[in-house]
Amino acid sequence: MTQTVTLSQQNIITTKDLDANDIQLILDTADSFKEISTRAIKKVPTLRGRTIINLFFEPSTRTRTSFEIAGKRLSADVINISGAGSSVVKGESLIDTAKNLEAMSPDILVVRHNCSGAPSLISEFVNCPVINAGDGMHEHPSQSFLDLLTIREHKGTLKGLKVAIVGDIAHSRVARSNIQAMQTMGMKVKVVAPPTLIPVEIEKMGVDVCYDLGQGIKDADVIMILRIQLERQNQGLLSSLREYSNYFCLTTNHLSNVSDETLIIHPGPVNRGIEISLDVLEGPRSMILNQVTNGVAVRMALFYLLLGESDANPN
Amino acid sequence: MSSILLNQKDIARAISRISHEILEKNKGAENIALIGIRTRGVTFSSRLKQKINDIENTEVAIGALDITLYRDDLGAGLQKPQLKKTEIAFALEGKHVVLCDDVLFTGRTIRAAIDALMDFGRPASVQLAVLVDRGHRELPIRPDYVGKNIPTPKSKRVQVHLKEIDKEDKVIIEEPVK
Amino acid sequence: MRTLIKNGHLIDPANKKNAKFDLLINKGKIEAVEPKGKLKDIADSKIIDAQGVIVAPGFCDMHVHFREPGHEYKETIQTGSESAAAGGFTTVAVMPNTSPVNDNRSVTDFILTQAKETSNINILPIGAITKGLKGEALSDMGELKEAGCIGYSDDGRPVSDSEIMRRALEYSKMFDLPCIQHSEVLALTEGGSMNEGVVSTELGLKGMPTEAEDIMVHRDISLLPKTGGRLHVAHISSGGSVDLVRQAKKKGLPVTCEVAPHHFTLTHEACRGYNTNAKMSPPLRTDSDLELIQEGMRDGTIDIIATDHAPHDLVDKQVEFSKACFGIVGLETALPLTLKMVDKKIISLEKAIDMLTFQPNRIFGLDKGTLGVGKAADITLFDHRKEYSIDPSKFKSRSKNSPYKGWKVRGKILHTLVNGKTVFKSN
Repeated sequence: MTQTVTLSQQNIITTKDLDANDIQLILDTADSFKEISTRAIKKVPTLRGRTIINLFFEPSTRTRTSFEIAGKRLSADVINISGAGSSVVKGESLIDTAKNLEAMSPDILVVRHNCSGAPSLISEFVNCPVINAGDGMHEHPSQSFLDLLTIREHKGTLKGLKVAIVGDIAHSRVARSNIQAMQTMGMKVKVVAPPTLIPVEIEKMGVDVCYDLGQGIKDADVIMILRIQLERQNQGLLSSLREYSNYFCLTTNHLSNVSDETLIIHPGPVNRGIEISLDVLEGPRSMILNQVTNGVAVRMALFYLLLGESDANPN
Repeated sequence: MSSILLNQKDIARAISRISHEILEKNKGAENIALIGIRTRGVTFSSRLKQKINDIENTEVAIGALDITLYRDDLGAGLQKPQLKKTEIAFALEGKHVVLCDDVLFTGRTIRAAIDALMDFGRPASVQLAVLVDRGHRELPIRPDYVGKNIPTPKSKRVQVHLKEIDKEDKVIIEEPVK
Repeated sequence: MRTLIKNGHLIDPANKKNAKFDLLINKGKIEAVEPKGKLKDIADSKIIDAQGVIVAPGFCDMHVHFREPGHEYKETIQTGSESAAAGGFTTVAVMPNTSPVNDNRSVTDFILTQAKETSNINILPIGAITKGLKGEALSDMGELKEAGCIGYSDDGRPVSDSEIMRRALEYSKMFDLPCIQHSEVLALTEGGSMNEGVVSTELGLKGMPTEAEDIMVHRDISLLPKTGGRLHVAHISSGGSVDLVRQAKKKGLPVTCEVAPHHFTLTHEACRGYNTNAKMSPPLRTDSDLELIQEGMRDGTIDIIATDHAPHDLVDKQVEFSKACFGIVGLETALPLTLKMVDKKIISLEKAIDMLTFQPNRIFGLDKGTLGVGKAADITLFDHRKEYSIDPSKFKSRSKNSPYKGWKVRGKILHTLVNGKTVFKSN
């Protein structure tokens, strides 16, 4: 008898709602999808005739392309809608945009928006599953899954691993998704940043806090570097990128106290020389390109697992 | 309530005979590739590979195919079959691929397997080896090598047990679990 | 024709009454209040049998937003007054953040005219502290008082400039009306949409720290001694601010404050799921703030209950959390939520009514909130035991933005009278 599996959620909006079984299922499924991208004909017919709409209110090339390729490799029809130049600019509300799209019967909506909570709001008004591709500072679940897949591939297991997340934690949706997902998988997380970039009461999310890069990455099995944005300087959160770099840029020097087996990951795009030095970026511990490869597999897995219920009874 | 259709000895003899037939039809072991359909088809193909090696002293190429993504009954519910990996580490061009599966029934699995194979490349030929053919085809699919033809009522379940997975070798037929 | 309200339990903190009294109304005024049974049945008087019912002075809400002129799609003076009456309120003070702003006589006159024509409860205007609520120049406070304003506020916004606030407190002394401050240091809350804490961190929303309120409360209290003005802290939400008011009162400074029911019944946890009906300013805070607020009610630091009734249409609320308008409606849930504090023994039933009747009127110098003989017959009858479930779709307010849907509560308004006339009767 074929073993059937299902996620406990019908939307992928926050990693907080997924339990260890869900995450395990996503990673295992993604693992099986990796091989397809190595074939000459990178396509399977699984989602043939399904419609996936990428609704990206915030610009993005890499994430959107990753979702698009994932959908197409499953033979789905993928439509890309960006915020600029769409009805949204003409003042249409988020809910009206969602309802209008829903009237065209998409099978899955992938949403990226600069307001936290937007995919959640959309999911209340559409019937199809919604995947959060990044909402404001809130979450970016698929990034977290591809990070976990990358880590698992090289470490064999997740449980008990120590992770140091370095960078602008306060504004990072990648950090939030990962903090929750990693803890669900039994990993220990430490955040490393200047105090102004650590969100209020983050210890209550179960993480340790450190203001020193060297201390923070000591004993880490995985170091995750986050992007630092120039705008933070203008908001009084940073004195200058130069000073940030002095204290928080990951260089070869820092790695002399760190095991050769320690992985370095980054959600991209990378600010070379500011948060990570070029030689570390291209060094043997860096898994950044693996992350991108795994991103397509993870997103294929999410599409596959969320495939909506139909009214037809197989019997 | 179940009864045994094939016991361990029957299975061993069938595998031996099929291995000989494969070699006979293809005039030797050259350019043969065995591809087992997950899960027990893979075990079956391993046994054939071993037997072929015993007879002809040649290691034939072997791979494993997961046909879940090619099934024609996906999307019919939220429950998804568990995906397993496809591992075919060689090019199919020029090969005579023998698809191996434990039970041939409606033929839909084999149809999916052939479609999957085509996405990997263009084999010289595709042949089918099954341990048990229980009839009730819904598609025009026919096996090249059969362990045993066993006509069965459609409502009953035919289960192949192989000791690598199931502790002992046997083929049983039983009432479906209510 | 007279009206006799009999067999009810009268609670009138202004006159220190809390027992079975009967009440006689004539020509819109209270003619007599006597212990039960003493008032003989007078011929041709209408009888209201208040058996099992609390008879109280009509409630007074010193902080509501009726959106007229300018945003009538959310609420008008008419619909607002119907909502008030349904909540047992017979007098409300309307905030000046209308469009145009009530910073001059013509807007005040308009509001009062509209009130006269369309409202069956008492509407009292609050005038702006600064012109256009811009925080730059004082409004003509004298003119506003003459036109009928009973206090000054820039609510919605704080008066950020310390010099302007100082001058406002000084200038208002001449007119002996309080300055009602929405205490918020905007530089600390910019871009924020909820309390700053673990919930805002998890939801990825910019937070508004309690310090933003505490600092301004502290500043304004510091301005009191030399200016001689009166400060009323609007919608207090931070435990720290409650203590600042407590200490200031101990020193005898002229400061008072109000609390809205949502700040004594909800915390920032209500924002989870991006519930925009839990978004207001100042925001819902932590459990610790909630406890300190309740303590402030208990020990009298917090003077009055004022709903900050802020109606918003779905158009303004059914959007991304960070873009949603701040505020919820409150007139029709005030009584049951206040009774929850009585259930928790934070305050007695008498104190609850005091905070809704006598105290608001004492602070603002109004001749309301009392069942004294000769006073206007503004009366609220309610069944304090009746249990029900809150259903915002049934609110008389034009807007239904409330987080209390489905809450099991007790305390139903049965009958509201203004000047002896029925303005609300429940079915």
